[in-house]
Order: sequence, then C-alpha cells, then structure tokens
Amino acid sequence: MTQNCAGCADFQEKSGQLSKIIAKYKDTQGALIPVLHEAQELFGYLPLEVQRQIAQELDIPLAEVYGVVSFYTQFSINPKGKYQINVCMGTACYVKGASEILDKFRTRLSIDVGECTDDQKFSLDACRCIGACGLAPVVTINDEVYGKLTADEVDDILDKYEDR
Amino acid sequence: MNKVHISIDGISLYVPENYTILQAAKEVNITIPTLCFLKDVNEIGCCRMCVVEVKGSKALQAACVHPVREGMEVFTHTPKVMEARKVNLELILSNHDAMCQTCTRSWMDCELQTLANKLSVDTVRFTGDKKRQPLDIGVSIVRDPNKCILCRRCIGACKNIQTVAVIDTMNRGFDTVVGSAFGLKLDETPCTNCGQCINVCPVAALHEKNDTDRVWEAINDPTKHVVVQTAPAVRVALGEEFYMNIGESVTGKMVTALRMLGFDKVFDTDTGADLTIMEEGAELIDRIRGGGKLPLITSCSPGWIKFCEHNFPDMLDNLSSCKSPHQMFGAVLKTYYAQKEGINPDDIVTVSIMPCTAKKFEAKRPEMEVDGRSDVDIVLTTRELGKMIYDVGIDFPSLGDSDFDNPFGEASGAGAIFGTTGGVMEAALRTVADILNDSSADNFEYEEVRGLEGIKVATIEIADLKVRAAVAHGLGNARKLMEAIEAGEEFHFVEIMACPGGCINGGGQPLQLSDIRNWVDVKAERAKNLYKEDRKMFIRKSHNNPAVKKLYKEFLGMAGGKQAHKLLHTHYAPRKNYED
Repeated sequence: MTQNCAGCADFQEKSGQLSKIIAKYKDTQGALIPVLHEAQELFGYLPLEVQRQIAQELDIPLAEVYGVVSFYTQFSINPKGKYQINVCMGTACYVKGASEILDKFRTRLSIDVGECTDDQKFSLDACRCIGACGLAPVVTINDEVYGKLTADEVDDILDKYEDR
Repeated sequence: MNKVHISIDGISLYVPENYTILQAAKEVNITIPTLCFLKDVNEIGCCRMCVVEVKGSKALQAACVHPVREGMEVFTHTPKVMEARKVNLELILSNHDAMCQTCTRSWMDCELQTLANKLSVDTVRFTGDKKRQPLDIGVSIVRDPNKCILCRRCIGACKNIQTVAVIDTMNRGFDTVVGSAFGLKLDETPCTNCGQCINVCPVAALHEKNDTDRVWEAINDPTKHVVVQTAPAVRVALGEEFYMNIGESVTGKMVTALRMLGFDKVFDTDTGADLTIMEEGAELIDRIRGGGKLPLITSCSPGWIKFCEHNFPDMLDNLSSCKSPHQMFGAVLKTYYAQKEGINPDDIVTVSIMPCTAKKFEAKRPEMEVDGRSDVDIVLTTRELGKMIYDVGIDFPSLGDSDFDNPFGEASGAGAIFGTTGGVMEAALRTVADILNDSSADNFEYEEVRGLEGIKVATIEIADLKVRAAVAHGLGNARKLMEAIEAGEEFHFVEIMACPGGCINGGGQPLQLSDIRNWVDVKAERAKNLYKEDRKMFIRKSHNNPAVKKLYKEFLGMAGGKQAHKLLHTHYAPRKNYED
C-alpha cells in the first residue's frame, strides 16, 4: 500500500485522540470536513491509516473520504516538512511568473508539488490566492512571507533555511 | 396520487405530481436526451444534457430531476436549449479519448456516440487537457479513465445500490477521475467484481477483462479438448447482442453458435445447478435435522461471497460449502467426464459462459481446483461470447436450434431458474420437499419467493417443518438482510445474489442503453423468460435429472458424501478491507 504512516511512532496514542475528535462531530451533519481539519492538525497530514479510521468511525466509505481529501488543496496525504513552502498560484501571482518560481523550488529540492524532501526538512505546495496580490508573486515558508520574488532569489532563501 | 396540469411544447397534459419533466415529456412522445441519468441508479442532474426551458425560470433546468408543478410551461427544443446541450456535449467530448475505431463499445452500444449523433454535433470546437491515464486491469474488471466522462453512474451503482463504495470522484478540475482511494487498483480494494459498474457505464470506461483470445487459442490447439458450459441467464440475454427482443430465449441458437465456433462439446450449466441443489438440499436437511449452523446461506454468487468475506467475516460458517454450479460442473468434467470419455484431464480446457464478471475472479481462487487442476480454465461473459459470434460473421438470429451434448444433455427447469432472484431457493425447495415428504409433489411453483422486491420473506411448510426463508438480491439488500440476521432475526434458509434481479442482470450481461433502461425493466423481461423456460422443460426438479442420478450412481456416491465433498465443496476465509 502506498502511504504508510512513516514517522508516526506515536500513532497509537494519536489514534485515541482522533477517536475523541470523531466522537465530538459524529452526530452533526457534514462532520467529515471538520474532522479532517483536526486530524490534519493532529498528524500533520492524512495518511491511509488516519483516513481509514475516520471512514470506519464516521461510517463513510473510504473512497468518499479520500475523494474529499483529494479535492481540497488544504488537505495533504503526504507528510509536511519542517519548513512548509507554499507558492501562490492565484491569478495575480500566476501572471507575474509564479510558475517559474515553483519550477525553481522543484528542481533545487528535487521534489514535486505535494511532496516532502527525504530529510523531512522542506515540503512544497502550490496554493490558491492568499490575498496578498499587491506583493505578487508571493511565497510563504511557514509563517514568513516573501513578496515580489524572482526565481533567482530562491537559492538564497533556501540556503538561509538549510543553515538553520 | 394527485395530478397536475402542465404544458410541454404547447401540448397540455395532466400528470402525477411526483413526475419529473423527463417522465412527463415521455407521455407526449418526446424523449429528452440524457446521459448521466439512469433510473434508480443515478439521479443527480450533473451532465446538463437534458436541460429544458421552464417559463419563469431564469436558468435552464435539468429535466431528469426537475419535478413538475401545477401550471408549469416547459419548452424542450428552443434554440437556447439546443445550443446549451450541444455546447455541453462538445465540452464533454473535448477531453474524451475518442479512439472510437478501437473502442470496445463502438460496435453497438456507445451512449456518447449515440448522443453526439442525436444532437448533430459535427465538430468539437474546444480541446481540453487530455491527460493520458494508466488503465487499471484487474482479474474481472478493466477501468479506462481516458474514456470516462465523469457521469458518476458507476458510483451510483457501487455506492448506493451495492453499498460496496470502492469508487468515487477523486481530485478536481481536469485531474478529476473516478477511482479508488489512494489511487489503488480495484483488486486492492474490497471490490466484489460484481460488474454492476460496467452495466451502467455509458461508454467504455469500464468493461470486463477480455479473455476471448485465450479461448481462441485453446480452440485452435488440436491437442486440446475444449468443452463449454453456459449459465441459465445467458440464454435469455445473448440475443440482445444481436438486436433481438429483450429477454428473448435463444437456447437452441446459442448451442448451434457454440458448435460453429469450434467447441468440442457444449454442456448446460443447469446440470451443475441440479448438482448444486442435490448437495445444498442435503446440506440444508442435515443442518436443520442435525442442529447445524442456521440459517444456511446460498453460495452460488461469487460477488456475494467476496462481499460476505469482507463485510460479514463472522458469518462465513453460515455459507453453504457448495461450490457454485459452474465450478461443480467443471470439477465433474475434469474427473467423471474425462474418465468416461477416456480423455486425459490435462488436455481438457473448460470454458464457462457466464452472465457474471465475478466468476472470472472465482475461477482463479486457489480453492477452486481438484488435484491441482482448475475446475474452470476460462470464464467469458455473455457479452464476450456475443462478440466472438459477431467477429466470425455468424448471423446469429437466423441460426437453427441444436441440443446440448450428451452425456449430460438437457437439465431440469429447476436449474434454469437459478438465473433469477428466488430461483435457487425455489429449486432447492422443490427437491427438499420431495425428499422430506418422500413423495413427488405436483404443486412446486413457489410464487412467494419470486419477483423483484428487494428482500422477500416467506414461511414454507414442508412435512413437519416450517421453513423460514429469505431472499435478497443486490448487495445493498443483502447487507440489510444480513444485519437483520445479526440482530437476531431467525431463518432456516437464505438465498443471496449479488446483482439486482440476480444473474439475469449480472455484470457480464448485454448492455442496454439508458434510453431503454429508463423506461423498461430489463430484469423483469429476462426473468419472465427464464420461468417460461422452466415450464417448457420435461423435468423440472433437480433430483429427477437422469444425468445427475447416473452421475451419483456411477461416480459421486451419495449427496454430501466423501467424493462429493472433494469435488463439489469449498471453504471461505475472512478478507481485510484496505489493510497493508
């Protein structure tokens, strides 16, 4: 099977917490999305084990749970890195060359969008408009915002994080 | 039912208030085009092919789901409507893999082609993002996402009717596909291989794994003795592959065609069904008299068996240990028949023509062999047989009739009705009643277990017993019935078939377009003709089948005996759901 909960040594303990989250929402309509949000907060991402537990305990088919997870870009089935890179692909950023910046991150880190480096240090995502169009093109790394970026600046920014 | 006045294209009519615009239009002989809509399976109005103008509504409305109301005025072919339908269809075609020449559906029944023709789409002005996706080729079912038009009919069948729910829409935008969680192959999920998804697919995004090449190879190998058997439901559906009437019985033509294709012997799976009744009847009497595990649940439907192994692992002991009829018959062909005819069983190739895709999976189960030989080597669906006949240019509707080959010859009417919901139950009751009463009953048509109601329950008095019986068809109904049994409802004998209506509506049966399925109950037509077949038969009870009697006398010994167990029975094991 494709997605193992690698690095989840404490899966058992977290699984108990997940059950409590599910129980909290179980009887409300549209429980799935809030459960997925809290589950992602708890585990960092939504691997097979987590989605299977949600499916079982909410009595929703796994295919439906995965369908929702794969529809929304906020949800991830891959683990996130220590530094989460988000390249805004909203209209303004896109026309200002966001895809070149994204490509630069891709080649420098040798990972694709949605993936995480082997050392778990960086993960790369393309996101929808974050509402900072005046700074286009915009990239966020965790809570730090980098505006009016060019592809040439990517190396320097990443070097800064490599050294941390 | 209250009725309302409406007008469609200026024609006034008075229709029940629960009608949709689509239904009302049919009353005045207007068939509004549909694509995603399939009655009882998918009623979500997502493809927008059936849009109409409703006076007072700003937007066009989907006729398939829009209810009628008093005073409503509908227009079905205004320029606005016609243009919207056409553009919608062009957009669907814009990222469809239109390799029609090599497509399995184009030879007779592609709904997309039909619709493009109907709407006079003569050019596609847009080019979508045509991403080439890999095919998922399973043991029974093949999925081709490149052909998929995202109508969601398969999801309706899998999730709502069958409650198997292993497919859904994944991702978004141009990346949207109908697939399984985490991109798993169907064979890695709790899919039951029932093939109901195939039966509802308007295009070739879902079809059976084609095994006709392997059959041709065997037929063309002079060292092989190739024997074929045909399931009861095939004979009341095969004609549809050649535009004959729905449900028309073509038994004799089918036997003729199989000989013309080059099979060495043509046998009837009904003989296997008669064997099943001998064994299952003995098992039922044994369990009732001997205090065995009850209810006894039938095991002829391999889709149901896999469903049970995934979803009700604690109740596997309730399943009859009987193999399904074609597997039993396959085992007999490679032992008794081989001996009798003096043929080395290793040179025999057994082919089963089945209304079923799950039988392809079943035949490959490791339990389904005797002394290291598979009971059944190749399973073809009714559709695959139709295509073989078509490919070699046999004019099927014009063929004369032939009889099945000896030494098994004609089977019983009880075997024939195995193909429809309630049929296995009725066949078993006919035999069990005669055995327990030690006489031959004249009234043996059990109307109470017939018909297309989802779950049928009856109490049947036989000798000193009151047999509590239940029949379910379609896995959603099976789930309901099993949950009732788990909750304590008591039965002696339960029949379950995976497909709605039973094998007559199996996942390997001829496809009927939604334009027909939305208005005609194909299942009912086919079932009706199976009951007619039964009435035509000289022998109508399994235990009176002379070939079966002889088989027990010469070879098997007694029903439920040691030799019978070795050849005709099997076992089951729990299966995990999405485990690593």
